[in-house]
Amino acid sequence: MRSRLSLYGLTFSLPLLVWQLLFFVFPLVFLVALSFWTVKNFTMTPDFDTVNWVTMFSRGVFWQAYGTTFALATVAAALTSALAFPCAYAIAFKLSDTARRWAVFLMVIPFFTSYLVRVYSWQIFLSDAGIVNVMLGYVGLGPYGMLNTKGATLVGYLTLAFPLVVLLQLFSLAFIDRNLIEAAHNMRCGRMRTVFEVVIPSARVGLVIAALFAFILSFGDFVSPIYLGGGDPTTLSILITDTTKSGQQWPRAAVIALTMIATLLVVAFVAVRFAYAGRASKEVGK
Amino acid sequence: MTKTHLSGVSGAVTRRSLLATGAAALAMPMLSRRAFAAPTELTMLAWYGHAEPDMVAEFEAENNVKFVPKYYTGGDNMLGLISQSPAGTFDVILSDAEYVQALNAAGYVEELDPNDYALADYFPEFQNFPGNWQDGKLFSLVARFGFLGVAYNTDALTEAEAANYNIFWDPKLTGKVGHFDWHLPNLGQMSLLAGNASAYDIDEAGWEAVKEKTLSLRPQVGGFFDYGGTFSSLNDGQMLAFAGIGDWITGTLEKNGAKVRSVIPEQGGLQWSECFSIGKGSQKAELAKKWIQYVTSAKGQAKSAQMAAYPALIPNAKGWEVLQAENPAEAKRQGMTKDAGNAMDMIRAGRIQYRQWPIQQDLETWNDFWSEYKGA
Repeated sequence: MRSRLSLYGLTFSLPLLVWQLLFFVFPLVFLVALSFWTVKNFTMTPDFDTVNWVTMFSRGVFWQAYGTTFALATVAAALTSALAFPCAYAIAFKLSDTARRWAVFLMVIPFFTSYLVRVYSWQIFLSDAGIVNVMLGYVGLGPYGMLNTKGATLVGYLTLAFPLVVLLQLFSLAFIDRNLIEAAHNMRCGRMRTVFEVVIPSARVGLVIAALFAFILSFGDFVSPIYLGGGDPTTLSILITDTTKSGQQWPRAAVIALTMIATLLVVAFVAVRFAYAGRASKEVGK
Repeated sequence: MTKTHLSGVSGAVTRRSLLATGAAALAMPMLSRRAFAAPTELTMLAWYGHAEPDMVAEFEAENNVKFVPKYYTGGDNMLGLISQSPAGTFDVILSDAEYVQALNAAGYVEELDPNDYALADYFPEFQNFPGNWQDGKLFSLVARFGFLGVAYNTDALTEAEAANYNIFWDPKLTGKVGHFDWHLPNLGQMSLLAGNASAYDIDEAGWEAVKEKTLSLRPQVGGFFDYGGTFSSLNDGQMLAFAGIGDWITGTLEKNGAKVRSVIPEQGGLQWSECFSIGKGSQKAELAKKWIQYVTSAKGQAKSAQMAAYPALIPNAKGWEVLQAENPAEAKRQGMTKDAGNAMDMIRAGRIQYRQWPIQQDLETWNDFWSEYKGA
């Protein structure tokens, strides 16, 4: 049955449409146009020249940064998901209602403070003379060089994405039909096997979406690679700033940004396909 | 309604008129204060610190002015901000010397009258400062400068060790060499190390040699840092030696107790210079001129040398005298005394070259190589 577009429905959907047009479609169209502009003597000129695309795609440093960024974001998504899952599982299944509310509240608290400040505070922990090395020193270990490494960058990504991933996983786990878990136990299915064969498949959509968010946040992050990774190696977000630093090359920066957007769209599409794979056929079979 | 008549006052004064007059009288100071005290806003485009109270409070109070700063983080950023703003947006523009010609070429700054400023008080080397003048016309005025050499942790290196760019390759500094993330000072220093007489005027063979030498340093590098990152990594000892910076960073840290210093290596150092201009189309050009007069005067110069955000050398000889009287320790620390080996002696001995844009390559070539170096 076809639903007719009512004034009521339009009123409620309009803000979303306006939002998307104003803050996504129009800037995206402008970004595409900008990528074809040219720059002479620090001044951008509207143009239709593919020089920026050719220049960026033919540079080794661009693909190197692309590979680094993709790999780091993938590791961050996997690591964050793996570390967040036990936490979300415990909150969903092991805590009382009151404790669960407190746990959710605690997961929201990090969003009250600036991400930049949180990342800066990690420097105090990770530097050569920092808190972690001092603690290790008490047991005769270290000091280890932790700051300005890829590992430190990953710590920053975890700081950014972990609370959100826990919350997304939690919402997904909370909606699992408890009867399925009970049935698994009744059929003598062990705890770990229940987690892997009942809980995770049942919460797959939420878990994949959570990992996707971790990937998206890490892929575009500038703060951690700079302030914890020491800008080494170069990520795409750093390359954008490098590109704009000299000669006002915003059109080339637009090429990098559009490549990042395209990558995220492909990754999101693949992730959603994977998340919902098999669900449609199951629903038809009901 | 009863009317109250006050005796001894000419004419009839009613209670209502008295109250109205009283209210008006009471309000007058507020209104007049508002009318006369509303400060004129003067917009300034500058590096961080130039419109902070330690620099502008006195001028603001004396001239009933309120600075509205817009801080940038590099010459390109500055040019971008100007090009994207309507003419007249910025009354005062502070620019690194190498960018003044670009400002000029794009018509972003007003011509200055040299007679308006205390140029005669400047050291001769700065009276006809390159970049300030074009075709005999003055477009900006250098207000402060500094040297770029090797910044080092005094616990890790001695001054003698640091006084050579080759220290960056020392095995004990592996992973502990930091770069201020801008190609111009770093590659200029590599060019000096490569023995080029003019660091930025090098042919293709010279450029290839600079690239090769720079790439050989990559395994030593612990990171590429912006302004804040440079401060913190030096302050907490994370980086023990730094290329591309000088006393403008270490001086601030040193004053706060950090064990860092800068030295001009035997291969020579670079000079950064900051210049003030009046923005094209400024509606407050007279006031902007007054500010430049103030900040380039002996008094303003002494203040500028001690700017809280980052210290600097000053080109005004009388400013040196004021600084020596006001803060002899800082004058000595920065080398602005009459002692031999002071900042001007270093320039006169040919140990310092201006930081500038590459002459035989374009800026993009240098920047692209810098990105490749970072990714190597």
